Amino acid sequence: MAFEYEKWLRPGKLPHIWCPGCGHGIVMKGLIRALDTLQLKKEETAIVSGIGCASRLPGYMDCCTLHTAHGRAAAFATGVKMARPEMNVILCGGDGDGTAIGGNHFIHACRRNIDMTYIIMNNMIYGMTGGQFSPCTPTGAKASTTPYGNPDPGFDIAKLAIGAGASFVARGTAFHANQIDKLIVEAIQHKGFSVVEILDDCPTTYGRRNKYKSVIEMMNRLKDIAVPVKAAEKMDPEQLKGKVLTGVLYKEDKPEYCEQYKAVIERAQGAAR
Amino acid sequence: MEKKLPTIEVIEKYCKGCHICVEFCPTKVLEMQGFVVGVKNLEACIKCMQCELRCPDFAIKVTA
Ligand SMILES: Cc1ncc(C[n+]2csc(CCOP(=O)(O)OP(=O)(O)O)c2C)c(N)n1
Ligand code: SF4
Ligand code: SF4
Ligand code: SF4
Ligand SMILES: [Mg+2]
Repeated sequence: MAFEYEKWLRPGKLPHIWCPGCGHGIVMKGLIRALDTLQLKKEETAIVSGIGCASRLPGYMDCCTLHTAHGRAAAFATGVKMARPEMNVILCGGDGDGTAIGGNHFIHACRRNIDMTYIIMNNMIYGMTGGQFSPCTPTGAKASTTPYGNPDPGFDIAKLAIGAGASFVARGTAFHANQIDKLIVEAIQHKGFSVVEILDDCPTTYGRRNKYKSVIEMMNRLKDIAVPVKAAEKMDPEQLKGKVLTGVLYKEDKPEYCEQYKAVIERAQGAAR
Repeated sequence: MEKKLPTIEVIEKYCKGCHICVEFCPTKVLEMQGFVVGVKNLEACIKCMQCELRCPDFAIKVTA
């Protein structure tokens, strides 16, 4: 049966603004399938974003949504979650939003292990503003601000999240579309801060400058570089050169922030009495 | 018994002609017809749903 995406979309909003072949639409569809699998209630689901092409996502979604300031999704989302811990809070945005201007909010949300899910769409560039390099642009790649090749090494978002304390970290790609919803389902079910990085593509500002002749070449790149974690166990470092691991990369049970904070309130109230 | 063919619906006003569905259909069911996608060979469809899953634009629906 064709899946009914419409039930989670605000009426009259399609076609969306994303360029032909932009992976963000594929990610949004994965998110919708995940929400449907979990049968979440719209009034108990909040999707919070920063600024960027990826951050336009909540504008299409028919549930509680917040489109906030650049890099600040985690701060606003933390406010929502602290005030209404029963809400399912989902953050989304791009690599620029989350790891450049929002890098600080990102690492501290990880550190606190607050029970929210963060979907980060990594197209390795600032798409919306015309293709400036981001902290995820690979070394040597061209951006409008690195016309002779980027001298910086890129962040590994998953490693950054694990290092900062996130208790669930997964990675998928826009090419492997049928895995996206499964990763998001697991991330939402996990209690704690869950990061789902989806590698996608910006044909308009990244592909064009970096000799990808078409969206198809960019999709083929995602197809070629992805190695499922299980498969990687049987591969040697030479075979894994230039590849990225996909699937659930890290999972740990540890104290969650809202519960820790509630305990503080109870202690403080006890002390006052 | 004759096999039941799926229905493939292309919502032309959403399709942006990115080619993703055409290129990655394992049995080459789809083709570009001008700027949008059309069905070339419905009999070959194996109902894998990959075109629907990968379309960034909510523009193609397969009903098995
Ligand atoms: C405070 C502030 N600084 C800069 C900008 C300009 N700006 C808008 S979107 C963006 C980058 C978006 O990149 P990313 O998050 O990777 O999203 P993409 O467009 O690639 O999906 C920037 C720098 C802004 N809107 N606000
Ligand atoms: S500029 Fe890039 S990221 Fe933005 S909608 Fe177009 S393809 Fe997507
Ligand atoms: S369902 Fe599979 S076989 Fe059928 S048109 Fe789509 S991609 Fe091709
Ligand atoms: S994937 Fe979607 S938008 Fe792209 S050509 Fe096919 S139907 Fe059109
Ligand atoms: Mg980006």
